[in-house]
Amino acid sequence: MSQKHLHSIHVSHYKHTAGCATEVMPVPDVVKISMSQHIGAPCKPLVKKGDYIKVGQLIGDTDAFVSAPIHSSVSGTVTGLEEQRSAAGGMDTLVVIETDKKQEVYEGIKVPEAKDLPEFIKALRESGLVGLGGASFPTHIKFNPKNIDEVHTLIVNAAECEPFITSDHRLMLEDTEDLISGCQLLMKYIGLDEGYIGIEENKMDAIQHIDKVLAAKGITNIKTFKLQARYPKGAERVLLYEITGKTMNAGEIPAQYGVILSNVTTIAFVGQYFRTGMPLVSKRMTVDGDAVNTPKNVIAPLGTQICDVIDFCGGYKEEPRKILMGGPMMGRAIFSDEMPIVKNNNAILAFSKAQSLVKEETACINCGRCHQACPFGLIPTALADAYARRDAQALSDLKVMQCMECGSCSYICPARRPLGFTNKLGKAVVKEAGIK
Amino acid sequence: MDKKTYSNLVVSSAPHLVTNMDTTRIMLMVLIGLAPSFLVSIYVFGARVITLTLVCIVASMFFEWAWNKLMHKTQTVGDLSAAVTGTLIAFNVPAGLPYWIAIVGCFVAIIVVKQLFGGMGKNIVNPAITARIVLFISFATEMTTWPLPKMAADATSTATPLGVLAEGGAELPSNMQMFLGFIGGSMGEVSAIALLIGGLFLIWKKIISPIIPCCFIGTVFVFALIYYVATGEGDALEMAVFHILAGGVMLGAFFMATDYVTSPLLPMGKVIFGIGCGLITMIIRLWGQYPEGVSFSILIMNCLTPLIENFCQKRLYGGAKKNEK
Repeated sequence: MSQKHLHSIHVSHYKHTAGCATEVMPVPDVVKISMSQHIGAPCKPLVKKGDYIKVGQLIGDTDAFVSAPIHSSVSGTVTGLEEQRSAAGGMDTLVVIETDKKQEVYEGIKVPEAKDLPEFIKALRESGLVGLGGASFPTHIKFNPKNIDEVHTLIVNAAECEPFITSDHRLMLEDTEDLISGCQLLMKYIGLDEGYIGIEENKMDAIQHIDKVLAAKGITNIKTFKLQARYPKGAERVLLYEITGKTMNAGEIPAQYGVILSNVTTIAFVGQYFRTGMPLVSKRMTVDGDAVNTPKNVIAPLGTQICDVIDFCGGYKEEPRKILMGGPMMGRAIFSDEMPIVKNNNAILAFSKAQSLVKEETACINCGRCHQACPFGLIPTALADAYARRDAQALSDLKVMQCMECGSCSYICPARRPLGFTNKLGKAVVKEAGIK
Repeated sequence: MDKKTYSNLVVSSAPHLVTNMDTTRIMLMVLIGLAPSFLVSIYVFGARVITLTLVCIVASMFFEWAWNKLMHKTQTVGDLSAAVTGTLIAFNVPAGLPYWIAIVGCFVAIIVVKQLFGGMGKNIVNPAITARIVLFISFATEMTTWPLPKMAADATSTATPLGVLAEGGAELPSNMQMFLGFIGGSMGEVSAIALLIGGLFLIWKKIISPIIPCCFIGTVFVFALIYYVATGEGDALEMAVFHILAGGVMLGAFFMATDYVTSPLLPMGKVIFGIGCGLITMIIRLWGQYPEGVSFSILIMNCLTPLIENFCQKRLYGGAKKNEK
């Protein structure tokens, strides 16, 4: 076990909703299910206008390797397909379904059985599971690395280092059984010897609860691992270092270090899927922010529009100026509250005008806080200078490609410079120049 | 059903939270760190400390404001950096200095050293240090007319301890007197303990890194120790302590050498910078023309900062690959 820590920063936790038990949201009148809810090729819609579909029914799929199928979260009638600009900026196909609120379950739903690894992986693909921590990389690929014989350790990422978000925290308290059975399934099929659940020390109740359940079940090869409650302990490479002491570079995957590392929600879904057979059709998320009346933890059907989720949380307290999908450190600001919930949503945060102002940038005073904050010891000021010159070689020499865009440098900068964003642009410059 | 939706939301890059520690707060912290020395100085030299400091602050902020106004630049007077510069200039001159000379110093610091080089964050050398040197060379008499400390009726004369050391003629004050600050000298540099309190406050608040002060003061101490042991002049340990308490070492090490803009960013660079400051200070003190060398040492190391930074970056990353084909 490593006792060393990478650089990190203290960010106020704002975990207002940690004590809010998750509420299941009623089915809205309309859902709009995106065909692109994962990294990789978007799915092709398998339904057409007028089709009646049920909960769990396959509505989108593709033959592409890097992809995950999409299932209906409701029962109802397809009213058409819509093209909409996605939060990422591209165009997205949405299947619009008018719900009948009966939530009839699709006949094909059955608890999966898997004899061996290939069947397990096949079941994972059929479940539509993607990395639910945010990256939304298809899980059936992630859990089947090339060197699968060499991996030996499971690390569950339950750090939840983003401010505001408490959905993973609630999951650990509410769905502990699914989480543990998910761990056991993975360890069994992939052949892992030990598992660690990395949890930040600001969630002691979750750590104690999981410890208690593990002890009651007599499980000794899965342990909780207490992390510092600092940002960004939940970043893949940071977590791997904190738990194993191994330094992973950008472009590598944990499997190269003998580790399968996945988000707690993803693992818990594996447990849930092998219990119920219901594909990924709903998602637990934290709804918070100063523009929301009643911050809550909510389970919403995929495709629910954000405005409907906010309505369920008492509506807006005041006019929202900024809405985030995800946490405030790495989450994405969206331009419209009519966007639908997708698989990797773990939070909806709506902020008022006062909280949405983009702070004016002032001159760099060379204080070095960004360098001290960077988990990988990069020098964001030097990178920003190199980017201003569009100097691809200098950017590459200063290791811009190691940046994971955690935003710690931007957060800490007293001059309010968007250093993390500049790194992102710097990476594009290096890629364009073709420097390896 | 008329549901109100919002489709004109603010879109910006992550992160959407920022720390509340901005440049203005940092400068405010530095001013708080300077406060103990200010108070001791009032006690030692009287009310003129207050007026001289205010004149320097107002003049510096005026020059900053006027320059931005004339050049149609964003107004930066609100970030308080000019106030810090003004205070440091006041701390670096004798309490009896004519006001107009102090104002000339502020002009040099703000307009010549800072704004002509591009303003906040772009200056190569520390404005306050450079202003002190310019004044020191231009107004040698006024800048070395040290007012008598109030409590020193039995008086170590009006010379600074380092002046005494260089010229001889009087008795050196005790180390305890120097630690407390009841000695002649520039306004804000007399009391080591007050500067130490302010410096430790800044380190505790994580405004400055302890590396530069430690390396600076440590080098002065070790260098003095070795010198006096080697030459056998007086008690080596006592003289080593004398050197870290005398002159501008404390003020320079905690408040001037740590200036972000003009010191290296990487920890390794800070070590080189601090040691360099200490070495040059002692070389000037022991063998140079002037009794004091802190300001020159910081000025020289300021000029070397880009080189140090470059060197450390290369050490960190193995350097740029040349002629890679």
